Amino acid sequence: MSGERRDGRIVIVGASLAGLRAAETLREEGFGGTLTLVGDEPRPPYDRPPLSKQVLLGRVRAQDVGLPGRRDVDARWRLGVAAVGLDPIGKQVLLADGERLPFDRLLIATGTRARPWPNPEEAALDGVMTLRTADDAARLAERLDAGPRRVLVIGAGFTGSEIASACRERGFEVTVAERGPSPLVGALGGALGALAATVQRAHGVDLRCGVTVTSLRGRDGRLIGAEFSDGSRIEADIAVVALGAVRNTEWLADAGLAAGPRGVACDAGCRAFNMYGIVTDDVFVAGDVARFPHPLFEYQILALEHWGNAVAQAEVAAHNMVSPGPCRRPHLTVPAFWSSQFGLNIKSVGVPTFSDQVVVAQGSLRERRLVAVYGYRGRVTAAVGVNRAKWLGYYQGLIETAAPFPPRPGAADPPASGVPVPSDVPSPQTLSHGPTVALTGHVPDRRLTLVRHD
Amino acid sequence: MRPDTLFQRITDYANRADPYPLYAELRENGVTRQTDGGYLVGTYQEIAELLHDPRISSDIGNRTDPDEDILRRPDPPAFIGVDDPEHDRLRRITMRPFGPPHSPGRIDALRADITRITDDLIGSFRDKDRIDVVDDFAYPLPVTVICRLLGVPFEDVPLIRAWTNAIIASFDFAPEKDDRDHQERLRAGMEARIAMAEYLGGLADTRRDRPTDDMLSALVNDAGPDGRLTREELKSTATLLLIAGHETTVNLIANGALTLLRLPQALRLLRDRPELMPNAVEELLRYEPPVHMLPQRTPLTDIEVAGVTIPKGARLILMLASGNRDPLRFKDPDHFDPTREDNQHFGFGSGVHNCFGAPLARVEAQIALSALVPHLAGLRPAEDPPPYRRSALLRGPRHLVIERA
Repeated sequence: MSGERRDGRIVIVGASLAGLRAAETLREEGFGGTLTLVGDEPRPPYDRPPLSKQVLLGRVRAQDVGLPGRRDVDARWRLGVAAVGLDPIGKQVLLADGERLPFDRLLIATGTRARPWPNPEEAALDGVMTLRTADDAARLAERLDAGPRRVLVIGAGFTGSEIASACRERGFEVTVAERGPSPLVGALGGALGALAATVQRAHGVDLRCGVTVTSLRGRDGRLIGAEFSDGSRIEADIAVVALGAVRNTEWLADAGLAAGPRGVACDAGCRAFNMYGIVTDDVFVAGDVARFPHPLFEYQILALEHWGNAVAQAEVAAHNMVSPGPCRRPHLTVPAFWSSQFGLNIKSVGVPTFSDQVVVAQGSLRERRLVAVYGYRGRVTAAVGVNRAKWLGYYQGLIETAAPFPPRPGAADPPASGVPVPSDVPSPQTLSHGPTVALTGHVPDRRLTLVRHD
Repeated sequence: MRPDTLFQRITDYANRADPYPLYAELRENGVTRQTDGGYLVGTYQEIAELLHDPRISSDIGNRTDPDEDILRRPDPPAFIGVDDPEHDRLRRITMRPFGPPHSPGRIDALRADITRITDDLIGSFRDKDRIDVVDDFAYPLPVTVICRLLGVPFEDVPLIRAWTNAIIASFDFAPEKDDRDHQERLRAGMEARIAMAEYLGGLADTRRDRPTDDMLSALVNDAGPDGRLTREELKSTATLLLIAGHETTVNLIANGALTLLRLPQALRLLRDRPELMPNAVEELLRYEPPVHMLPQRTPLTDIEVAGVTIPKGARLILMLASGNRDPLRFKDPDHFDPTREDNQHFGFGSGVHNCFGAPLARVEAQIALSALVPHLAGLRPAEDPPPYRRSALLRGPRHLVIERA
């Protein structure tokens, strides 16, 4: 193996899960050069899943969710300073404090941030918050400790629903406003969305679907309530804006990469494309900010906001950064995510939104214990377990082998009806929350204009 | 297809000391129908798939030709012999007083006890020239621990031992159904099962509203969202926990001692690097697992395994110990390597029926073998191979006498 790939300078922009795991993998695979990690947050890498669960329940403090390291990474950490630009010719990352970091190879793992409330004046009201970072979680947990009279959650995706769940578990009144027809519908489709709506209402959530929040009302700079598109109003002292995520790609605006609001496009080996669709060989991408073609899903370009994807993709990217061409690996991991809310353990494998039909393969919606299997044009593309995660390995096998849909009956705990129904995956435009898997297609983010210089 | 006799040969007591060449033959032959109508699977990939396949039942009632003596059992089956959703309900209720999320500290809290019991046992034979690792060490440790955990008084241990021996002996697979010894063992096993279940039910009754800090008390007194076990369910569940909670660990510890006595290099490595013990126990679970097979599964529909169709209701036997030695999965599988990294073995099975007591077994084996290692140097087994117990399923030495070399 060529020695040159094992040394030199590697810069990783983004010091969260993907950045840390990539750094560890680089060292694991024998990278002996200099390694720099850049992160805009001042904290060392931490784990985000507990922020909307254990932290809000008061079981874990927001500062105690640091990610355990797998090994020493022997890196220079530039924390608390954002990357603001990339010079692809001079091969330098420009930091907010003016420092220029030269690199031989670069990994982009800048992830996403919470989509803010669109009205800046309302967003600035005391009591209006988002939840993405540990600081966000600490602030929200502190507000909850003070005992709010009512919490408004705007957007019923996974984050919004988990926040609502934690609030109900602590006994607070909660209103959830969702523009789509039900919670979680953007990720799981109509049938499980309807189940989520039933469960939320059974847990005492004031769930309002098909409405938008038209204004957040304040007095003396403090939030006092909200108005909805159906003309109704509520009083609330906290509003959590859970409208999905925005990809952190602005710093790449002039880098000439295929980077935009939907992420940074890369090939199956995590190498970034430039704006002409030509693959680079020194710029790699991993984690929430990446969008990549997946062969199991007809080479659709996927953007996944999943914990497991961040880890798996970072490992592949790191491996490929220090390996010559023939030794490189594709990132083919079957997407998977989980959530816990309202006493339910929800786990998904595959891409439920890449579907036209869904069938309950085991268990029952009424019992809140089931495996739903999703199909697209007669092939199994996803499975979601509700309190049934342990069976998903089998269904992952069906996804990997593009097995026929619907799966043949014969599984334990058979459903009352094994008839597939439309999966009712809505267009992202109708949702309050962004989908956690975006099927972003082959369409470039910017149209190119051919300029002739005569 | 001509029926194969491999399962007969595997269960033949003459092959108990070294069944591994038969497992190699099994992997070579692929899935074949046995003379008793069952199907044996011994390759890693296929076993892994079947363990996670929801079309595979653990409920013997789904067999077209169930072993009638098992069906005649008076008590309802415990979760080991039940499918979802019932399996899930029983297991969830039983997990509440045992592990996370409701009792995350239960096993960890036993560490001090386990260490003290281990040290006492070692102290009692330190000066002897000849000891039986099974009777003097591997047996008394787990039985004491599981009795304490469940809330069984220590003075009743001899009772537990007699019942357990009778029950395990009845797990034997007899080629001849009318074999009189076999019939006698079945009868004795059934009697012991009824007696043990009744004993545990009675013990649980005394804890109702008068809880002591043990699992039986918790099971009769605490109700979660799924409610409590019925008295009959509690009896079968407690019987399962008590038997499976020590029987397998006895074999794990005894197999571990034997393996280290046979492999002085591995023994030296663990003496020099005691921090390797957790890893070594995983390797032991792969290399000499206490449970060699899952003999009671059956497909709920015709399924295809490695090109062979196994019909609905046929007896399906998963040879876990063979999968653990599959060279397609494990590098150098017949080599015991305490530093092995990639080691997703079937020592505790896998899938929804994955060993309930695995966290306890791990802690017990780690503490027991760590304590034993410094005392094994210069000792050798009086007989090698030692005399084995009857069961091909729960395989381990009946006695392991060791003496100064």
